[in-house]
This record gives sequence, C-alpha cells and structure tokens, in this order.
Amino acid sequence: MQASAGGISSTGLLSGLLEWFGNLGIFSWRVLKAAVTPPFEGRELIRQMDDIGSKSLPLVALAGGAVGAVLSMEVRSSMTRFGATSLLPSAVVYSVIQEMGPIITGLVVSGRVGAGIGAELASMKVTEQIDAMEVSAVNPYRLLAATRIVACILMLPLLTVGADACGLFTGWLAQTLVEPLSLRQFIESGFRGATLADYLPPTFKTAVFGLIIGLVACYQGMRTRGGAEGVGRAATNSVVLASLFVILADVVLVKMILVIFP
Amino acid sequence: MATAYDTAMKQDGPKQGEAALAIAVESVQKTFGNLKVLNGVSLGVHRGETLAVLGRSGTGKSVLLRMIVGLERPDSGSISILGQDIAGFSLDKLGEVRKRMGFLFQHAALYDSLTVGENVAFPLVHHRTDLSKAERGERVNQLLTEVGLENALDKMPSDISGGMQKRAGLARALALEPEILLLDEPTAGLDPISSGEIDELVLKLQREHQMASIVVTHDLHSAKTIANRLALLDQGKVVIEGSFEDLQQSDIGFVKEFLKLS
Repeated sequence: MQASAGGISSTGLLSGLLEWFGNLGIFSWRVLKAAVTPPFEGRELIRQMDDIGSKSLPLVALAGGAVGAVLSMEVRSSMTRFGATSLLPSAVVYSVIQEMGPIITGLVVSGRVGAGIGAELASMKVTEQIDAMEVSAVNPYRLLAATRIVACILMLPLLTVGADACGLFTGWLAQTLVEPLSLRQFIESGFRGATLADYLPPTFKTAVFGLIIGLVACYQGMRTRGGAEGVGRAATNSVVLASLFVILADVVLVKMILVIFP
Repeated sequence: MATAYDTAMKQDGPKQGEAALAIAVESVQKTFGNLKVLNGVSLGVHRGETLAVLGRSGTGKSVLLRMIVGLERPDSGSISILGQDIAGFSLDKLGEVRKRMGFLFQHAALYDSLTVGENVAFPLVHHRTDLSKAERGERVNQLLTEVGLENALDKMPSDISGGMQKRAGLARALALEPEILLLDEPTAGLDPISSGEIDELVLKLQREHQMASIVVTHDLHSAKTIANRLALLDQGKVVIEGSFEDLQQSDIGFVKEFLKLS
C-alpha cells in the first residue's frame, strides 16, 4: 500500500512538474509575443526599471560590500598560511567580479523583486484587476509581465556592477586596515593580466538571472488563485523558485563561460 | 420553451434578427472539473435592450458574463459579439472587440494603486491616444460627473465606499463609449438606498447611451427596475425568459419558488 501510495505521489509530482513547466512555456510565449509587438509600454518599462533597479541598489550594494569584506578577510587568512598575501588583491577581484557579485545580486534581487512582483501581481489577480485590464483591451502580458521581465533583464547587470564595486571597495578596506595599501594599488594589482573576457561574461550572465527572476515571479503572480493565502503562496514561491533557478542557472552559465572563454 | 435567444431572433426574423443582435449566445456549455456550470445556454440581446440574468448563487451567471467578454472560453456553443464570433480570437484580436464593450465587475475591480480619476482614465490612456491630456482630463471629469463622483477624482479606491467604487467602475466601463455594457451583480453588497441609486444610474445611462446590456443579478427588484427582459437560470439552463409579468404567470415550480423567496 505504501509503495503504491508512493508511486501515485511520485506520478502526481511528476505530472505536476510537467504541467508547471508546460504552463510556464505557454506563459513565456505569450509574454514574448506581447513584448515584441506594438504598442510598446515604454513609460511602464522605465517605471519598472526605476522600481527594480534604483530601489534594489542599496540592498545589493550592502550585500556586495559585506561579501567583499568577508572574502578579503577569509582569503587573507588562507593566503598568509601559504605566504601568498601579494595575490590577495587578485583573489578578491576575481572572486567578487566573476562569482560573488553576480550570484549575490541574483539572490538579493530574487528576494526583494521576486517577492514584490509575485505579491503585487497575485494581489491584482485575486481582486480581478488583471481581468479588468484584459476587459479594458489592455494586454496584461504586455503591460504587467513583459515590462517587469525586461526591466529585470536590463537592471541585473547594472546592479551587479554596483555590487562588484562595493565588494571591491570593502575588500580593499578590509585589506588596508591590516596592511596599508592604496586603493589604486589594490585595483592595479587585482586587475593585472586580466582581460575584458574575464569580467564581462560574468557580469552579463546576470541578464539571464533577471530573465529567470522576472519570468518566475510574473508567472507565479498571474496564475494565483485563492485570496490572501494565494497571494502569500505566490510571493513565497516566487522567491524560492527564482532563487533556486538562479543558482542552477549559475552552474550552467559558469560552465558555458569557461567553455566559450577558456 | 422559448429562450431569450429565440425571442430575440423571432422579433425580426432569423436574418434581420441575427444582424440586429449585439450579443448572441448559442448552446453554450461550460464545465469546471466535474461540475457542469452551463448546459446549453442560448441568449440574445438587441442594441438598446437590457436583459437581466437571474438565478441562485453558483448557477453560472457570472461565468456566462465572463464568457461573453472573453475571460472564459466555452467548451461548446458559440458567442457572437456585434456580429463577430469571438471563439478562437487571440488576446489582441479580442481586445478590438472589447474596446466596444464595458464591463462592471462584482467588486468593481478598480486598480488599487491608481486614483479614481486615473482608473477612469486608464482605457483612454491606452486607446484614445488622439486625445490631449487636457481633453482626457475633461472626459474623465465628464464621466465622473455622470456617475455622481465629481468630488472623488483624486481619491484612492480604498478611501471610497462600496457604492462609490461601483460608480467609479461604471465610469471606467463607459470611458470608451461602449456599444455593449455588462454588469456583474451591480447592487450586490450595497444597502437598499445605494442599490436604488445604482439602479437609477444604470437606467439613466441606458436611456442616454442606448447600449445592449446584460445585468447579472440575484436581486429581483433591481432586475425588474432596469431590464426589459429577464432570464432565469437554473442548473446551467435558461428556465424561463420574458417580461416580469411572464415570470409571474409561469407555472414552473422553480420560477414560482424564486419569485416567492425574492
């Protein structure tokens, strides 16, 4: 009986998963179609870029800064053991720009923006505001979803640059408090021998994180059912799924970057 | 038994009747899961005519209205709006038909992040790009005056009463000067005085704009006041259709019981 129940449960889980991804595919297609056909919602896009971008910057900068400082302290501790403290600036710069800045930005934005979009659209859905929009002959996939997703795609790389800058600054600060070194020396030493191929792909990969965050949050929000409980569930699921997919996508993207830019 | 659709068709003969029908619902069926909500409903409404759809809660009245506006698709049967069969229409194509329709939701469904004035202006902003900002403002003021909300322009939906929200919703529904007006429970949840005011308002608008209207309600008094014809729904079917007097003279048990308890 237990095995049978387990079997049914596994089948149910699998079909639920397939249904979720299938509906996500249909949703993505509708958004894509709406995004590339007129009328274009430029004003709403700018509003969303401000909301997603500038309002996330303080949080992203703070998180980037904290990671930079911690990284610098940890790396110093390890490098001292091997007598390689001169490599510390490079280690901090590479770590922050290639991985820590992008992933921290992705996760922080998943939390702040994912929850915000998920809850806002879910609330609009359960109070029939999205239906009212449709009835007013305004395509909600264009006005609500496409603008938010595109804003996420455009703003994530910019926010990553902000997180990187703060991470490098606090990394230097943590270094210079122990062993005085000018910021210029730290940067020059850290970037020595590096090419744009070392830094641009990791920064621009966050556009994919933006796509994931925007898409998952809009999808979760616009498919909500069931009142206040549904709104809460949509917000939670948006954050959890967006964070999870960002981490999984990071693994794939890092591998792709290493293959394309060896 | 003659349905509303049959009656509407008989008035001018099949060919002329078909052309004159602003809304033609024919043999529509809709099932949610195992629950058959509509089971072969046929209705027809001419321009300048108001049909009230009555029935107990859960008999599919609102579902019928949502199908007419394209928010739900019928499992079988056809729905023609202003001569166009909307089955299979894409969202954008449906939008063109929806511009000629106004819809008042049961809970008004005002955009809670916009003021009352911005709510009313919403369809104008998106579809009347030929209007200047001043002309749009003038039109919004005119609509709000028409529904008696001239002082609520800058108020948020949460700051006005349920009756005022319905009025604001009505003003928004009228913004694009629709040829069809659909009202979902316009007096539900309102006190008798506010209900009477809404009824008066709907009657006045009907006289002035000569739209084809469907009013879904379980308020017999309201239906009697604002509609030319009434259709009573039970178990997914139209049980009877005609004037209030026709309903009073009916021998059908359900009709007698409905009238007695209303």
